[in-house]
Amino acid sequence: MSTNTVAMTGNIAVANAMRQINPDVCAAYPITPSTEVMQQFASFVADGEVDTELVAVDSEHSAMSACIGASAAGGRVMTATSANGLALMWEMLYIAAGNRLPIVMTTVNRALSAPINIHCDHSDAMGARDSGWIQLWSENAQEAYDNLIQAVRIAERREVRLPVMVCLDGFIISHSIERMELLDDMQVRNFIGPVKLHYPLLDVDNPVTYGPLDLQDYYMEHKRQQADAMQLAKPVILEVGQEFGKTFGRSYGFFEEYKLKDAELVVVALGSSVGTVKTVVDSLRQQGIAAGVLKLRSFRPFPAKELAAALKSAKAIAVLDRADSFGAYGGPLFSEVRSALFSLEAAPPTVDYIYGLGGRDFGVADVNGVFDDLKMLAKTGKASQEVNYITVRE
Amino acid sequence: MEKQFTEVRWHGRGGQGTVTAAKVLAETALASGKHVQAFPEYGPERMGAPLRAYNRLSANPIAIHCQVTNPDVVVVVDPTLMGSVDVTEGTPDNAIFIINTHEKPAEIKRKLGLGKAQKVYTLNATKIAFDTIKRPLPNTPLLGALAKVAGLIDMDDLISDLKRSFSKKFTEQVVSANLEAVKRAYEEVVGE
Repeated sequence: MSTNTVAMTGNIAVANAMRQINPDVCAAYPITPSTEVMQQFASFVADGEVDTELVAVDSEHSAMSACIGASAAGGRVMTATSANGLALMWEMLYIAAGNRLPIVMTTVNRALSAPINIHCDHSDAMGARDSGWIQLWSENAQEAYDNLIQAVRIAERREVRLPVMVCLDGFIISHSIERMELLDDMQVRNFIGPVKLHYPLLDVDNPVTYGPLDLQDYYMEHKRQQADAMQLAKPVILEVGQEFGKTFGRSYGFFEEYKLKDAELVVVALGSSVGTVKTVVDSLRQQGIAAGVLKLRSFRPFPAKELAAALKSAKAIAVLDRADSFGAYGGPLFSEVRSALFSLEAAPPTVDYIYGLGGRDFGVADVNGVFDDLKMLAKTGKASQEVNYITVRE
Repeated sequence: MEKQFTEVRWHGRGGQGTVTAAKVLAETALASGKHVQAFPEYGPERMGAPLRAYNRLSANPIAIHCQVTNPDVVVVVDPTLMGSVDVTEGTPDNAIFIINTHEKPAEIKRKLGLGKAQKVYTLNATKIAFDTIKRPLPNTPLLGALAKVAGLIDMDDLISDLKRSFSKKFTEQVVSANLEAVKRAYEEVVGE
C-alpha cells in the first residue's frame, strides 16, 4: 500500500487538492455541506502551507465577485459552495464565464430550498448548466480530488479560458470517509504548472478592459466565441485526462464505461449513485445478465456524439436524474441523453428515473427495480411511462 | 446478492464519540490494507440525541454508496437506546451485537429477542471509560471489544492507530488512558 493511501472525507480531499494547487486567491463563504472545504483550507492558509490570499466575504454573491476580480487581475482563483450558495452566485456565474475567467469552484451538491434540506441532490448544479461553466462530476472522493487538479489545467488552457465547476455529492461523498490516494505535492505542482497570464488587469503596460458594454455590435460574436470555447474544451478535457493517467495511473475521459461494451441493459447516471449501480451490475453479470453503466463525467461540455456511439448497441437505457426540471419532459440528464441518441439510426428505448431528491436513499433494491424495468423494456421496446419518479411515496 | 464487504452500524448519542469510533475503525482497517468507508447519519446534531454511524470494510474496493440497511455487526454505545431504537433492525441471522452494558449477553439476547445464530457480546464500557479516561466516553473501549470479537481489525493495529491519531489532539496522559481502556475492554468483553 502506498504511503499516500489515506482514509479521508470528500471535503478534506478537495481541501488537500487546493493545498497542492496553492491558488493565489480564494474567496470563502460557508454553506453546508461544502463549509468544511474552506474551513480546512483556511487552516492550511493559517499554518502557512499555502501562499493563498483568503478573502472572507459576506455572501456567495460576493465570493464569486471576489473570484472574478482576482481572476481578471491574473490570479489562479478557487472557491467552494453548495445549493442556495450557488443559487445566490447566479448573476456572477454568467459574468465569470462571459469574461472567460478560469475560476475553479467545487460544488458540493445539495438540494435547493424550499422546503429546506441539507442533503444531496443535483438541482443546484443542474440549474447552473447554462451559465457557461464546464462541469466535471465525481463518483467518489478520489475522483473529486483528481477532477479538481485537472480542472485547473482545463480552465487555464488558452483556447478554453472558461470557469470549471467540480461536482461531488453532498454528505454521501463530502462527509463520508473513504480510502483514497493523495498525490505527491511536487508532482501536482508540476502537473498544473505555473499560472499562465492572458490579458491580466494588473499588467499596466498593456491595459485591458473586462466586462464593458457590448450591444448589438459585438455581443453575439462574443457569445459565439464562448460556445466555441466550450467545444474546444472537449479535446483539452481528453488530453488532460490522459496525461493525468500517464502521470498518476488514473485516466479520465468524458465518461466512464463500466461493463458497457456488450451491455444490453444500460444505466446512465452522475455522481455517487453510480457506485451502487456498479455493485448491482457486478451481481447481475454473475447471473448472466448483460448489464452496464455509463457514468457521465463531463456534463458541460456535453459529449453528445461520443455518448451516442457508446450507447448505440444497448437494448434499453435508463437515465437516472437526481434533479427534476419541473414542467420539462424528464430530468435534465434525460433530456440531453435522449436528444443525443435521437441522431442514431435506431435509438434504443430510453426512460428516465428521477430519484434521490433531498438525499433520499437510493439502495440496491431500487437499482434492481430499474434493471427489472429495463428487462421488460428491452423485450417490448416501449415503456408505458417514459418519465418516472422512484424512491418516493406515491 | 452476496455481499463483498462487512457492514457495521453504531448506535450512540451525540457527544459519546460514536462518529469518532467509526472513524478510528476505518483508519485502523485501512492501516492493515483494507478498503473502508465511515459515515454518520446526519440529522439535527445535538448532545444526547440518538445517532447512527456506519462502516463498510472489505479486502476489495468498495463502490457502493447507499445507506447500510443490513449490518453484519451492531455496536450499541448507549444501552438506554435499546428501549427507544430498534437496534436489531435489518440484521441478518448471523449478526454480531456488541453492547455497552453491565448485563450478561444471555439477558440482552432475550431482551432484544435475537435469533439463535445471532451473537451477543457485552462489556461495561462506560465503567471502563470512567476508570481509565475519567469521562463517560465508551467509544474507545468498544473498539477494543470489536477487535476481540468481530475479526475485522487487529488489536495491535488498533493500538498503533489510536496512538497515532489521538497523539495529534490529546496529551500523553489522555492517550495512555485511552489505550488502557482499549486493553481492558479486550480482556473484559464476554460472549454467551
